[in-house]
Parts: sequence; C-alpha cells; structure tokens
Amino acid sequence: MIGLASAGLLLSIGRIAGVSGILANAIGAVPGLWRWAFLAGLVASPLWAPLVGAPYAIAHYQGGPFFLVAAGLLVGIGTQLGNGCTSGHGVCGIANFSLRSLVAAVTFMIAAMITVAFVRHVLPVFTGL
Amino acid sequence: MREIAGLVLAALFGLVFGLGLVVSQMTDPARIIAFLDVLGDWNPSLLFVMVSAVVVAAPAFWLARHSHTHHALLGDDFQLPPNRTKIDSSLIVGAAIFGVGWGLAGLCPGPALALLGTIDIGALLFVPALIFGALTTRFIRARMTAKSI
Repeated sequence: MIGLASAGLLLSIGRIAGVSGILANAIGAVPGLWRWAFLAGLVASPLWAPLVGAPYAIAHYQGGPFFLVAAGLLVGIGTQLGNGCTSGHGVCGIANFSLRSLVAAVTFMIAAMITVAFVRHVLPVFTGL
Repeated sequence: MREIAGLVLAALFGLVFGLGLVVSQMTDPARIIAFLDVLGDWNPSLLFVMVSAVVVAAPAFWLARHSHTHHALLGDDFQLPPNRTKIDSSLIVGAAIFGVGWGLAGLCPGPALALLGTIDIGALLFVPALIFGALTTRFIRARMTAKSI
C-alpha cells in the first residue's frame, strides 16, 4: 500500500511521496495545496484502519517526553540537511535507482542501529538498569 | 476541475500511504526499535515492508523517467529530483542526524503524522519538535546560501 500510494501520487500528479519534504514545504508556505491534502489523508488514516480490518494504531515508546522532543528535533534537522526521510529516500529514492538515496538510507539505518544499540545495550551497563 | 481532482487524489494517496503504515504496524515505535535492535531480538519486518514498497513503486518511477510527454496523468510535469548523483557531506551528516533521532524515538515523519490522527501523546510531542527543527534548519541554510552568493 505504501508503494501503491507512492506510485499513484507520482503517476497522477507527478509528485514524490516524501513525507518530511511534504510536511516542511506545507508548513513553510511553499505553494501547493496538494501537500495539505496528502497530509490530511495521512493524519486521518488510522481512523479508517478498522475498515480494512487493521487493528487500531497504538504506539509503545521506549523513552520519556524529553527523548521524544529531542528525537523530533534531530529528525527535523536531519531530514532537512539530508533532503529526505524513510519515505523520500528509503522508498521513492531507491525505487528511482538514486545512488544518493541509497547512500542516505544506508547511513540513517546504520546511525539508528548504533543509537538503539547504545540506548538499549551500552547505557544500561553504566546506569546499572 | 483538474486542480480539485489532484487534491482528491493527493488526499486519497495520503490515506492509502497511512493505511499501509498502520496495517504493517510501522506506526508502532516498538516495532521500529525491534528492527533497529540488531544486538537484541531482531525483527526484520520493516525491511520487508520497505522492500515491497520499493518493488511496487519502482515501475512508476521507471515510467515517469521514460515518459515522452514528461507529464503525469493529470497534466502536471513529473517533479523528479534532478539527477544529482553527488553525495555531499550535508546528505551524509543529515541522514546520520536523522538516524540518531529515528533510533531514539522509533518514529520517523510518516508514522508520527499518522499517529497524530489518534491524538497520541508521543506524536503530539514529536511532531512540533520535528517541524521546529526542520524550519529552523531551512532558515539557517537559506541565510547561509544567501551570504555566500
């Protein structure tokens, strides 16, 4: 469905389904109402999930509020500098055979794996948790 | 009329995109962390979701690149990124910073926005911080390029 939506957006209105770019450009007042329409559909999606037989989306977090705000800031900064996130680079970019996107996707996956390894396996050794 | 059709389709594809995330449970940070936790109980489901999305989307990108008219179905030009194979430091540094944030929270922009629709407290903290970080970075970058010209 993610691939289908990315393909559909490209073939119908010629746009790339990269969520970080769509969000930043919409808020940054770049002309293009289609971005707000896409975002509205995305935000409304969990409410439609029961219709396709999917369970209600429930999030389980590993850290507290400070973690989430810090992570949000890093994701905001990183996706702007690197021009994309999981959807833009990871799905659309790789589907477009873009070497830049492949390098970006491998980089953010490795960085995220190191971060999780640190938080889950290294930090507890020192904090005794 | 064409504009309205475009907006309806954009909303529809936003919805399908989000449903894809919800159905595959990519909206749950615990799932994302389970994929990223290579030293723990590794769960490869994110990889399958991503690879299948790439496989489904790739023919559309092929069509767009090989289109003779360079127009999408509703008549707008395909907005494909220019073929920038250049791999610069901002791409690598940006992707690495994004990765650290992704690993800390288990959230990236798509799932975070979908979770907003459930009034999820985590997404309500994460998304404003994401927007603030993105717009501040954009502003600083714009100032820096303006100065260097």
